[in-house]
Amino acid sequence: MNDVKIPEALETVVVRFVGDSGDGMQLTGTQFTDTSAMFGNDVATFPNYPSEIRAPQGSLYGVSGFQVHIGSVEVSTPGDELDLLVAMNPAGLKTNLYALKKGQMIIVDTDAFTAKNLEKAAYASNPLTDGSLDGYKVIEVAMTSLTKEAVKEVVGLDQKSIVRSKNMFALGMVYWMYHRSTEHTIEFLEKKFKKQPELAEGNSKVLNAGYYYAETLELIPNAYIVSPAKKAAGTYKIVMGNTATAWGLLAAAEKSGLELFLGSYPITPATDILHELVKHKHFGVKAFQAEDEIAGISSAIGAAFAGDLAVTTTSGPGLALKSEAIGLALMLELPLVIVNVQRGGPSTGLPTKTEQSDLLQALFGRHGESPVIVIAASTPGNCYNYAYEAARLALEHMTPVILLTDGYIANGASPWRITPVSEMKPIRNHKVLKATENWHPYDREVTTLARNWAVPGTPGLEHRVGGLEKDSITGEISYDPENHQKMVKIRQEKIDLVRYNIPDQSTEYADSGDLLVVGWGGTYGALHTAVHQMVKEGYEKIGLAHFNYLNPMPANTEEVLSKFKNIVVCELNNGQMVKVLRDRFPQFKYDQFNKIQGLPFSNNELLETFKNYL
Amino acid sequence: METTLDTKYTFKDFASDQEVRWCPGCDDYVVLRSIQKAMADMNVKKEDIVFISGIGCSSRFPYYMNTYGMHGIHGRAPAIASGVKLANPDLSVWIVTGDGDSMAIGGNHLIHVLRRNINLNIILLNNEIYGLTKGQFSPTSVLGQKTKSSPYGNTQPPFSPGELALGSNARFYARIPGNNPKGQIEIFHEAQQFNGTSLIEVLQNCVIFNDGCFDHVTDKTVKDEKQIYVEHGKPMIFGKDRDKGLVLNGLKLEVVTIGENGIAEDNILVHDAKQEDKTLHQMLVNLAYPLVTGVIRSFEDVTFEEREDTLTAEVKSKSKFKKTDDLFYAGETYEVQ
Repeated sequence: MNDVKIPEALETVVVRFVGDSGDGMQLTGTQFTDTSAMFGNDVATFPNYPSEIRAPQGSLYGVSGFQVHIGSVEVSTPGDELDLLVAMNPAGLKTNLYALKKGQMIIVDTDAFTAKNLEKAAYASNPLTDGSLDGYKVIEVAMTSLTKEAVKEVVGLDQKSIVRSKNMFALGMVYWMYHRSTEHTIEFLEKKFKKQPELAEGNSKVLNAGYYYAETLELIPNAYIVSPAKKAAGTYKIVMGNTATAWGLLAAAEKSGLELFLGSYPITPATDILHELVKHKHFGVKAFQAEDEIAGISSAIGAAFAGDLAVTTTSGPGLALKSEAIGLALMLELPLVIVNVQRGGPSTGLPTKTEQSDLLQALFGRHGESPVIVIAASTPGNCYNYAYEAARLALEHMTPVILLTDGYIANGASPWRITPVSEMKPIRNHKVLKATENWHPYDREVTTLARNWAVPGTPGLEHRVGGLEKDSITGEISYDPENHQKMVKIRQEKIDLVRYNIPDQSTEYADSGDLLVVGWGGTYGALHTAVHQMVKEGYEKIGLAHFNYLNPMPANTEEVLSKFKNIVVCELNNGQMVKVLRDRFPQFKYDQFNKIQGLPFSNNELLETFKNYL
Repeated sequence: METTLDTKYTFKDFASDQEVRWCPGCDDYVVLRSIQKAMADMNVKKEDIVFISGIGCSSRFPYYMNTYGMHGIHGRAPAIASGVKLANPDLSVWIVTGDGDSMAIGGNHLIHVLRRNINLNIILLNNEIYGLTKGQFSPTSVLGQKTKSSPYGNTQPPFSPGELALGSNARFYARIPGNNPKGQIEIFHEAQQFNGTSLIEVLQNCVIFNDGCFDHVTDKTVKDEKQIYVEHGKPMIFGKDRDKGLVLNGLKLEVVTIGENGIAEDNILVHDAKQEDKTLHQMLVNLAYPLVTGVIRSFEDVTFEEREDTLTAEVKSKSKFKKTDDLFYAGETYEVQ
């Protein structure tokens, strides 16, 4: 027993599964994620699909990948560099090798390294034999052959299904490496293939074969244990940001006692919210796929006028198309949630890549003086909270609210501690049920300036609203100069007053010192990880203020900013929030760190930036 | 089921306190009064009626109706109205639009609302010109027409609203001149009773920018000879002396005189507005002489909201989800102690 190695304990591990789009990499990654989460790890994931719907097999642009970051400590991002790359074909290896840490492991299916596939991946020679992978631990496994062997006794499986199940072989191997049980996935397969038991049996056999292959042949150094992470007690679920957004809206509808109306038009990367909400007719959700972006928001405005909790979902180009209608909604002073899942712009830009470049559009992208509430979610899981919050603020303040998420958190997944509707904040609304003497549609609540909401069907409250300027008292059309100035000021003040209905801005780590890192939205994971590491390395005078409320900003923002010698505003754009801060709080000096590559921040580039200040 | 309201309305109950600001002599005044009169005995409560409009002269309409109303943005009234109706199917929803609003900037919404067949009513005030922007050609202006934006004559061939409607699978299409309030009131009643999207095209004279554009068919001196008012189940007869009628000659409609060439009233084609086949409806829409007015098509079909309701009921009956929390706890979850 002398040669038993002591397993090396790692805090976090990043694994990426890559293969052809037909190789089942998303499913493989999801299973590894779920199993690890159940084991008690913290997890964060990110899928990487090809943009083509069905790219030619084996091609470089047809590679599909799924990255999982698991940790015995908190993990906030899907991770930068890989500890393990599982490549099901040469194209996958070629397009993903750059991300693997030097000296780390690659598992390949040697059966896929045929002359034809090598040629499709533009390899002049076989990387498995030409020495180009010498700096890595390459584990060569004839996965396709072993898969065929594993299921030869299963009756009723066709050749195609057999070959397709080789992803389970890879998953089995990875389970063994990280001491994970195959139990959860076997249960999953039994459920998934309830009506095709031969597929359930075949896939389970292949999974176990991979597991035992790794164990029996001792091909893999059993070097990694990732033990459970400490998390708050509760029931958890792995959710994608877009799903969480949809659920937050469902929760808000139930809490407010209103019916949910979604008017939407498909657009990457926001469409999954529509996909999720159309499923929920059982909750009375009215999800309407309109003929275009404008009809999406216009139908939602109609539904808001008629008394529903109205929502429209989109991405940057769609937000641009909706801007005139947002102006109408703010003029009508109706509650409306606009979800913008940001992507790389301008124009069609980078539809499948992430960016934070719609902040200025959300804040200012309308004609006339047209303030609206703008908030942003910062993790896949808290898309639930901020979608709910968007609905709450829209209803309580009778105004459109723009919720910004982005492709990175929308498609990424993380554990979410299930928050039942009963635990969510109450939601008020301003519906009037009865006619009272001297009633006007634009009568306002003193504290919020929110107008009352008289919906069609209510006797005695018949009234007209419209995009024309209205008299501040009667709500009828008014071209009076003084009245217009007054109404512009009222609409602005109404939004400003929202600061009393949102939490103060918190600072993580130091709340005063040498460097305040400022961020907003989907970069939270990266910024938090980097600042955490700085503190661990002994830099104590660094703090992180990550904003979720962008308009209005929390009431204590100025105070938060005043406590540090340096402020660096980190954004995945060319400097948008920093512009806003320079305008709102010109007394401070701001540095900026911007990345505009369609990619999230990497830990190293952030550490390097922060260390310049300390 | 017919219901009778406790309240008896007169047209005055539907007039708001706003001063009407259309140009003196505009046909819009006629249409406004017709709709107010029609609404007085539609058996629909005032608070259940909603008028939605876009932008243009026509779109001022909601301000003058003492009902719920919204003056929206250019071209989007069908989308806004669809949202209102889907949010509360009990409402009687009316869209008032013009030729520019509905067929230029809002063309996409018009064809899709017709295709879906949501139970709402569209009054299209077609004056073949842009009025509010002061006199540019519209998608229905005739070729060669001189306007402020076509000083040498319009080079863009026009839409036929009726053909566009039928091409979009409109289940209800009617056409009526602006100077025929009696016909308007009848048609508004039919539209209200029709279960599905109703499109009513009003040939509306613009006294300022396109005065007299329909005179050749609507002028008092010629209208009886140049127009036919069709009604479902009745022979298609017209003329001052009601002596002319329509017959099918091969694949074409033909005008015949009753009492001549052996033609009797029995030979005249009976209008079937309710048939699904739109071949004849299309011919009626396209007929140059006489101009066909009245309800040309009124085919009862399943509405969008009925399809949705059926589906929702089915999903609800099968679903194990009663509350949002049920959804959260379903599927893969795990406990952290």
